[in-house]
Amino acid sequence: MTDSLASPILPEVEIGETPTARSGMLRRLLHDPAGVVALSLLLVVVVIGIIGPWIAPYDPSHAALSQAFKSPSGQHWLGTDSAGRDIFSRILAGTRGTIVSAAIAIAVAEVVGVTTGLVAGYYGKWMDLLGNWVSNILLSLPAVIVLIASAAALGKAVAISMTVFGVLVSAGVYRLTRSTVRTVRNELYVDAARVSGVRDMSIIGRHILYVVRSPLIIQAAVLAGFAITIQASLEFLGLGQPGSVTWGVMLNEGVTNIYTNTDLVLWPAIAITLTVATFVVLGSALRDALEGRPATPRRRRSRHEPARVLAAHAGVVGSAMSAPTDALLTVRNLGIGYPIAGRDAIRPVVEDVSFHVNPGEVLGIVGESGSGKTQTAFAILGLLPLEARVLSGSVDFAGHQLIKNGDTAPKEISALRGRRIAYIPQEPLSNLDPNFTIGHQLTRPLVKKLGLSKADAKKRALELLDSVGIADAQRVVRSYAHQISGGMAQRVLIAGAISCKPDLLVADEPTTALDVTVQADVLDLLRDLQQQLGMAMLMVTHNFGVVSDICDRVVVMQSGLLVESGDVTTVLRSPREPYTQSLLRAMLHNKPPMTRLTADVD
Amino acid sequence: MSISQPLTRADDPVGQPDERPVLRVDNLVVEYPSGRFRRPPVRVLHEVSISINRSQTLGLVGESGSGKTTLGRAILGLAPVRSGKITFLGRDITHAARRERRQLGADLQVVFQDPYTSLNPSMRVADILSEPLRVRGYGKAAGRERVRELLDRVALPTNAADRLPREFSGGQRQRVAIARALALSPKLIICDEPVSALDLSTQARVLDLLLEIQRDTGVAYLFVSHDLDVVRHVSHDVAVMLHGDIVEQGPSAQVIEDPQHAYTQRLLLASPVPDPDEQRERREQRRRVLAEST
Repeated sequence: MTDSLASPILPEVEIGETPTARSGMLRRLLHDPAGVVALSLLLVVVVIGIIGPWIAPYDPSHAALSQAFKSPSGQHWLGTDSAGRDIFSRILAGTRGTIVSAAIAIAVAEVVGVTTGLVAGYYGKWMDLLGNWVSNILLSLPAVIVLIASAAALGKAVAISMTVFGVLVSAGVYRLTRSTVRTVRNELYVDAARVSGVRDMSIIGRHILYVVRSPLIIQAAVLAGFAITIQASLEFLGLGQPGSVTWGVMLNEGVTNIYTNTDLVLWPAIAITLTVATFVVLGSALRDALEGRPATPRRRRSRHEPARVLAAHAGVVGSAMSAPTDALLTVRNLGIGYPIAGRDAIRPVVEDVSFHVNPGEVLGIVGESGSGKTQTAFAILGLLPLEARVLSGSVDFAGHQLIKNGDTAPKEISALRGRRIAYIPQEPLSNLDPNFTIGHQLTRPLVKKLGLSKADAKKRALELLDSVGIADAQRVVRSYAHQISGGMAQRVLIAGAISCKPDLLVADEPTTALDVTVQADVLDLLRDLQQQLGMAMLMVTHNFGVVSDICDRVVVMQSGLLVESGDVTTVLRSPREPYTQSLLRAMLHNKPPMTRLTADVD
Repeated sequence: MSISQPLTRADDPVGQPDERPVLRVDNLVVEYPSGRFRRPPVRVLHEVSISINRSQTLGLVGESGSGKTTLGRAILGLAPVRSGKITFLGRDITHAARRERRQLGADLQVVFQDPYTSLNPSMRVADILSEPLRVRGYGKAAGRERVRELLDRVALPTNAADRLPREFSGGQRQRVAIARALALSPKLIICDEPVSALDLSTQARVLDLLLEIQRDTGVAYLFVSHDLDVVRHVSHDVAVMLHGDIVEQGPSAQVIEDPQHAYTQRLLLASPVPDPDEQRERREQRRRVLAEST
């Protein structure tokens, strides 16, 4: 019953295949070329930061005026500066300062930002108000000016400037932590922990910090790059610690001598750029690794030949032969699959499904989640997600071939959709655009698809709303989606669906999200409209009650296969297949209360 | 499931119902702040009273916005109580302090609707189950032993302990949530729509499990659901809620077979049955009732 486009297929327990979150993150990071490059560069920078001063070929502060402005050579790999100091040695020695400044800034920002963010987000009320005030003030302060002022007032030490900088950027960390905590705080598992008597500190430590962790790691990587730039800028402006060897100081000296030797600027600039870029790339690689890479659907038209051959074969002998020639919709040997991530294989979700719908007939597709019933309906509508593949089969609608031997005809489908084939979805409210009035959303397709004038379209929209039992159509036309109830929204969508007087209405669990009394009303409405307009309906549902209420015939699906079909009374009263029998046995209607519903085997 | 004992036993503890209530709720009023300056708060429960006996189930049925979930949350201390009284095992817990609430965790537990968000996705099942145990000071070995018992109790394999929630199907996750609720052998479990996110056959298995646990442990349930069939199947008593009020309350058979309140009748007739002829009759009856009421 939770079939949706976003999660088309969820496998039942895949034992032992899923690694834990943490090892998964590192593994994913190491599978990403950008991640590997960034991690190795970071490793190099850190190692140099530690051992740099010892491996430097020369003393980085040793001046030899006779050696000034030497070009790169075997002796001095990167040449020498205005005081004859070895540039390569100075770059190596300056790495430590860079790493330390980033580390101080990050440590201060995370400690301050995370603790205040956790407290404000979890407890809310005045702590939240106070936290927001302070963070707003911090964010509105111009960082560089504050840093210059602090250098004048507190001294030029890296530790001081980076601590001040850390406090300034902690506002960003605070905001991220707070907003993440606020979403997690209301999760049911946090409620469950509170009910179990777990202390607040323990809840924050075990449940909340863990979720906040990944956005913070990503943010920290970017902040590190930012901190390095800021520290280098300060030193460049002459606000560094006097006499220290850092990239910023080198940059400053380079600019001073830029007319004598341009190379002096080049080397520290390259070092700074590379290091900052490393952190930025690492940040985005971490994001991919922690939050899951957006699926990159390879739009290769993989044909999955064996399935096709099989399907073609089945087509000759298959059950589809029994479809009458005057059927409105005929589905033959339909197969749908999804590529398995990371492997060149396809997991089928619908296999060899055949059925038909006669004109004016209501056919139910019933099944549990993962049965492929929604996928089948979406294939007919041409609304499968991009990464889905139609593997085999054909779909014919009133003489038009929507799918022919596993090839979809999107043009054919889109020409018919909204004219002769209409659709009503499962979640009525999320299928209305919150930005436009109901009236706009109803009239637009009338103008665009059916070519009505605006005035006519408006009149027709009011008629339609009236015909779906909406009493004050005038008010609803002016309303937005959030102003109407779920049942009302479904009526609006039904009005939109029947606006083109379709031959076939595909309804995907149209009443699942509704209350039971509203469901009964909507089913009544659908039945009345279906009889008035003489349209056929394809009713996708998990509910046998809905099937018995409205359907003439029914097909039962299980794990992508069609297991049974027949007229409603026969299938519901005397099901042939064990699966249908077990589903009906699980129904609670007419069962003696408090008795076992399932056999002893699980 | 590997349950050997038959469902009806001679020494069935349900046989002689214990008349002392586990939980009494008297004239409970719950209000949420409206969130707007100088707007009156929103009252979601109007003087609701219920009572649940030991080893019994009270089914609480209603549609969205009826306040049924709020009643459960108020009992758990997760909703703001304006007035009224909640008595649990003879103690007034209406405004229990956090400290007292923490102690209640052993006797009062919860199973939520959504098995996907009620388990922390980053914790192993063993950690999820041992969390309430750690609060009670269980040692490591004792905790492990208890986790094994719990998994066995809800018919999950022992090796489930080392896996993450996402490796399980919805029904299996709900079993983990039930095992967590059972960890400290509570006297009352608030079941908030525990099967409404599940498929039909999974629902049947979870209902079987809940009934079986009640028979074996004598736990009482407050069973919140929108589905009258589910409530009828598991409940001794039924209360029907509408717009924050209980409109009808009484023994399950009486309320559901012979509903007195018009809303209960409408609710009953709106729920479709899996037989076309019976459903046609029910539909026509519903239309008659609706026509009469207007």
